[in-house]
Amino acid sequence: MTGITSPRPDRGWRLFVRTVIARAYPRIIGQQRERAWIFFETFLPFVATCGYVFVYRAMRAPEDYIGFAVVGGAMTAFWLNIMWNMSAQLYWEKENGNLPLYIMAPNSLMAILLGMALGGMLATSLRAGVILLLGTWLFHVPFAVASFTQLFAVFLLTMVALYGLGILFASLFLLFGRDAWQVAMALQEPVYFISGFYFPIRSFGFAIAWMASILPLTLGLDAMRQLVFASGPSTPT
Amino acid sequence: MTNPSAIKTENLGRVYKVRRAKKGEAKERVALVDVNLEVKPGEFFGLLGPNGAGKTTLIKILVTLLAPTTGRAFVAGYDVLQQPEAVRPSINMVSGGESSGYGLLTVRENLWMFGQFYGLDNQTTFRRIDHLLEVMGLKDRAHTKTSDLSTGLRQKMNIIRGFLTEPQVIFLDEPTLGLDVSASREVRQFIRHWVTEQPQRTVLLTTHYMAEADELCDRVAIINAGKVLACDSPSNLKRNLQHEAIFHLEVSPLQNDVLSTFNQLPGVRQVTHTARDGHSELELSLEADDALSGVVHTLTVHHARLLNLQKREPTLEDVFVDRVGVSMAEAEKAEQP
Repeated sequence: MTGITSPRPDRGWRLFVRTVIARAYPRIIGQQRERAWIFFETFLPFVATCGYVFVYRAMRAPEDYIGFAVVGGAMTAFWLNIMWNMSAQLYWEKENGNLPLYIMAPNSLMAILLGMALGGMLATSLRAGVILLLGTWLFHVPFAVASFTQLFAVFLLTMVALYGLGILFASLFLLFGRDAWQVAMALQEPVYFISGFYFPIRSFGFAIAWMASILPLTLGLDAMRQLVFASGPSTPT
Repeated sequence: MTNPSAIKTENLGRVYKVRRAKKGEAKERVALVDVNLEVKPGEFFGLLGPNGAGKTTLIKILVTLLAPTTGRAFVAGYDVLQQPEAVRPSINMVSGGESSGYGLLTVRENLWMFGQFYGLDNQTTFRRIDHLLEVMGLKDRAHTKTSDLSTGLRQKMNIIRGFLTEPQVIFLDEPTLGLDVSASREVRQFIRHWVTEQPQRTVLLTTHYMAEADELCDRVAIINAGKVLACDSPSNLKRNLQHEAIFHLEVSPLQNDVLSTFNQLPGVRQVTHTARDGHSELELSLEADDALSGVVHTLTVHHARLLNLQKREPTLEDVFVDRVGVSMAEAEKAEQP
């Protein structure tokens, strides 16, 4: 084309890494260019968190409960990202014509999915961080972190499980199109309720808590709360 | 396989199962029937047919997006069904009216992203992007967000995306669809130049613009209702019609009953009619010039006024009418439910 010999294109793991980074790029850079997310994806979940904080304060609940609500509010950002970005993404890629280009490129579709997940995770971490910092600052959340290593490991494991679920949802959305979308919409509020975003899940009793544990977020949240609060979440007082 | 064809299909067929919305029963729709084609490396090959003829289905099979129901297909010497991973590094595709990429990214960022999916290093990617942006007249839009581009400019970006990876075989599915005359001309010039730069570069172009196929293609296959009806160079296809006399007539608006009488006239092989604003256009294919007198007489009997009459050389449109029996526009109308 330009008379200059080009090096052989990467294949194997190098191509995999290139694909992951390239597909994560629009997610991360898009956030910088679409500032509306600050309101919709940070302020709105934060308002819900505030609601729970005021209820707990009115009930004179232990201070750790304020922390439960703030951490839950931060993690809501990841769940919203899974439901409305990650899950619907392949469906939209198909609608706008990107999916055929992804499939016919010599890369792995798994690298595309991983790029989508990593991009979403990094972008959402920023939102979750904002909610966490704002909540901690406004409501004076008393953190007592037992082990930062364990906390990071639990967070990472939760993310892997959560975004794995997102990849599964993405495939289902693609397969069933709008039908799956309606199911996800119908599930949104019940999932909020049973995954213990704003209260300890064991308040429901063992059977329901056990069933709710099918959601990676439920277990992850529970474990993280045990690691960051002195009382832990599992013993409602 | 020694010296393989760029593209080869053997008895290729595809049947879609269309599920009915209410009853849930599957209905079959035949998209391709026993397609046998061979495209040599370096060839500019055209697939000409109306919407719904099976062109896009054929391309989807060749680019490994769709499995054939019957037969086999090879691209760059590899079986598209058995060895898709071997086919993919050698190909790319551009479709007309596609809106690929992300609106929030700039033109340069979108192109970089697609380059990464093919394993190109950053230096090579950006060198090629800058070169292609310049050639396509998009250099000043390199840092414009894709969502801010017009349809024509966005299609130019898509075309650059397809050529960025320097594929051995490129599939262009109606690449000039929706472009204005000037942009279409630029795109055609670019494609023609690209294919002649290196002798092994192969293009498969689908189009329903006859002039585009005539201008660009070394060989053309005429496809309708999933079947390949003819395959040869545009000049050979037209030469086969040279023994016929082809006339273009413009007359005052005609009634349908007049049209049916033309086909019964001696020496008249084909008549296609297009209703225009305030007049009718007739394309006549006659066995000899003297058959025209019968047509003119019929027009006079039906009080139709002759506005314009031209004898002309056969075009690919005439070849299409000769092979299919109706014009491209009529074939497209017939395809619509």
